[in-house]
Amino acid sequence: MSDAVLAQALGICSALLLLSAVLLVWRRAQVTALPLLALQGLALAGLVAVIAISEGSLELLGVALLVLLFKSIVIPLALARAGRGEYGGAPLINTATSLIAVAALTALAYAISAPLAVLGTGPAIQAIPVGIALVLYGFLLLVTGRHAIAQLIGFLVIDNGTATVAFLSSGGVPIIVELGVFLDVLLVILILYVLTGRIRDEYGYADLDDLTELHD
Amino acid sequence: MAVLLISPLAACLVLAVSTILLRRAWLNRVAGLLAGTGILASGLAIAAAVMSDGPLTAMGGLLRADALTAFMLIVVGAVGVTATWGSLAPRGSTRADAFAYPTLIVAFLFAMTLAVLADNLGILWVALEATTITTAFLVGHYRTRGSLEAAWKYVVLGSVGVAIALLGIVLLYAATVQAGQPTLSWASLALGGIDLDPGLVKIAAGLTLLGFATKAGLAPMHSWLPDAHSQAPAAVSGLMSGVLLAVAFYGILRIQAITDAMIGPELMRGLLIAGGLLSIAEAGALILRQRDLKRMLAYSSIEHMGIIALAAAIGGPLAISAALLHMLGHGLAKSSSFVVSGRILNVEGTTQISRIRGLLARRPGVAIPFLAGTAALLGMPPFVLFFTEVAIVIAGFQRGLGWVMAVAIALLLLAFVGIARHASDMSFGTGHDDDAPTGAVEDRDRSWHGPAAPIALALIAAIVIGLLAGPLSTLLAEAAATLAGGS
Repeated sequence: MSDAVLAQALGICSALLLLSAVLLVWRRAQVTALPLLALQGLALAGLVAVIAISEGSLELLGVALLVLLFKSIVIPLALARAGRGEYGGAPLINTATSLIAVAALTALAYAISAPLAVLGTGPAIQAIPVGIALVLYGFLLLVTGRHAIAQLIGFLVIDNGTATVAFLSSGGVPIIVELGVFLDVLLVILILYVLTGRIRDEYGYADLDDLTELHD
Repeated sequence: MAVLLISPLAACLVLAVSTILLRRAWLNRVAGLLAGTGILASGLAIAAAVMSDGPLTAMGGLLRADALTAFMLIVVGAVGVTATWGSLAPRGSTRADAFAYPTLIVAFLFAMTLAVLADNLGILWVALEATTITTAFLVGHYRTRGSLEAAWKYVVLGSVGVAIALLGIVLLYAATVQAGQPTLSWASLALGGIDLDPGLVKIAAGLTLLGFATKAGLAPMHSWLPDAHSQAPAAVSGLMSGVLLAVAFYGILRIQAITDAMIGPELMRGLLIAGGLLSIAEAGALILRQRDLKRMLAYSSIEHMGIIALAAAIGGPLAISAALLHMLGHGLAKSSSFVVSGRILNVEGTTQISRIRGLLARRPGVAIPFLAGTAALLGMPPFVLFFTEVAIVIAGFQRGLGWVMAVAIALLLLAFVGIARHASDMSFGTGHDDDAPTGAVEDRDRSWHGPAAPIALALIAAIVIGLLAGPLSTLLAEAAATLAGGS
């Protein structure tokens, strides 16, 4: 793969990652959130595949396939089943405020990524702020989401952001760690999936506003 | 010698799988205790081996044990034995098909063992995240609304917290890739020989500390802790408070050793002092007006993690040895106290402090271990926490952190007063309102509440380890030297 094509492919994948995350913050409804999450998984798998091809690494290509299978197919489908179309009431901040927050967080992501410039000047290094931005958006989704599924999506966006930073900055951590992290994340999603069901059984729906038993 | 490192992990795996496949009632009953005993034995064996031959490695360097590892294994094993033996179900009451609970307990112990044995920050992270995974359903075990809420918050906040640490570890790895020596081994990184960009190391260290601090229960990342530790069954609370927090703090100690070698101690010292003081203050304030016994014990854990954080900030052989000994003493005392709190819940039907009165007169069988455990946690002599706290304060003054120590002592008094008052109300107080039981002596309860030996042994150990010179102090000194010199 020539350098120009590599740069272009990385650019497209990073742009898709960022775009899907912005849309996730903007449109708070499950019917749009889960396709966007699937799109984000697809973009991440594409990013890993591009890096795998540019480095000629079969291992990474396998990771790309795993990401594609779970992050863009299995997890969104499972969340659709667990969520049953619910997404909770209006998020704690309105759309306009969310978009201003997204703009501020994006600027913040570029600011705090400045010291990472020492890692090099290639197209992958220049795209790292996208991963940091994803992590910050994930936090925003998590703290403003009022439904179990909304918080779950926030958690997944944070994880996608961390993975993006890992692949862009060093071509991925060693494979044994990579697989361990992947397995952990899957199990956390599975646990939250089961707990969502239990919360619904207990309360009738999975709105987290009702979880107010414990306080000091 | 590699077999020494692999055997505790293999033993836990075999036990966990056996509980699922064999489905024997007796195995479900004792699986956790067997795992704890195995880890304790291997910790002692590894300590002996490390003291005579130096650090051990196995599996191509993925596992490594130095004095600190051996000591942490002993902490995991000792607290594991106390918590699981103390809450051992009566013979014949365990069902053969109820294997989920014992399997998860053994898997939890496996994850903590892996965390301290791994010589790879990535695997350390994976193991810490696995502790959240294995304990999630243990926290939600009782399936009440409260435990469901606690489990949800615990998994979301715990996973997001350690996700921050993963970002830090990823950046550290990227820095080593750029330096041409890709590694995540703390043993190599702590030597300080790799020329990494200081700015990048600062960001990576800050993020990793923040993430691990969430699991270690340091303020302001602690909000999940009182909920999770108070809603879990007593044995699980004892394990989470007594040793999981210490294992997470072990991760912080390794990161600190790496950053000290690369960019000097200032950054970590500042962050740890802030986190430590904030934890002690927060815990003190909330203990004073606490209404629930298990939540009070949970806040006391935050307080003790704050003390350990201050000791890590001070650094040096005295403070670090004291911090490690504090972890062991706190683990023994806290797991005993949680087990006893479970017995109080069994007999009184509540853990609300205001509804428990005159416990010593009515139920001496639970009140005496409760008071002894509380005295140990308060750091009364001759319990080891007294000596370690004094040592940490002295080390602080020696190293020019006198004002920090002064503030810390003032804040510790809050927690001390709060716990002492609640415990004395529960043990000696008479009922104020009509529905609270009075301390009438004629209905004194002399029935069996659970095994007394583990509580007695743990609390005696919490005295003896403070007085024991010799092998333990050599191990502690060696462990402190490991962190300081990156051997």
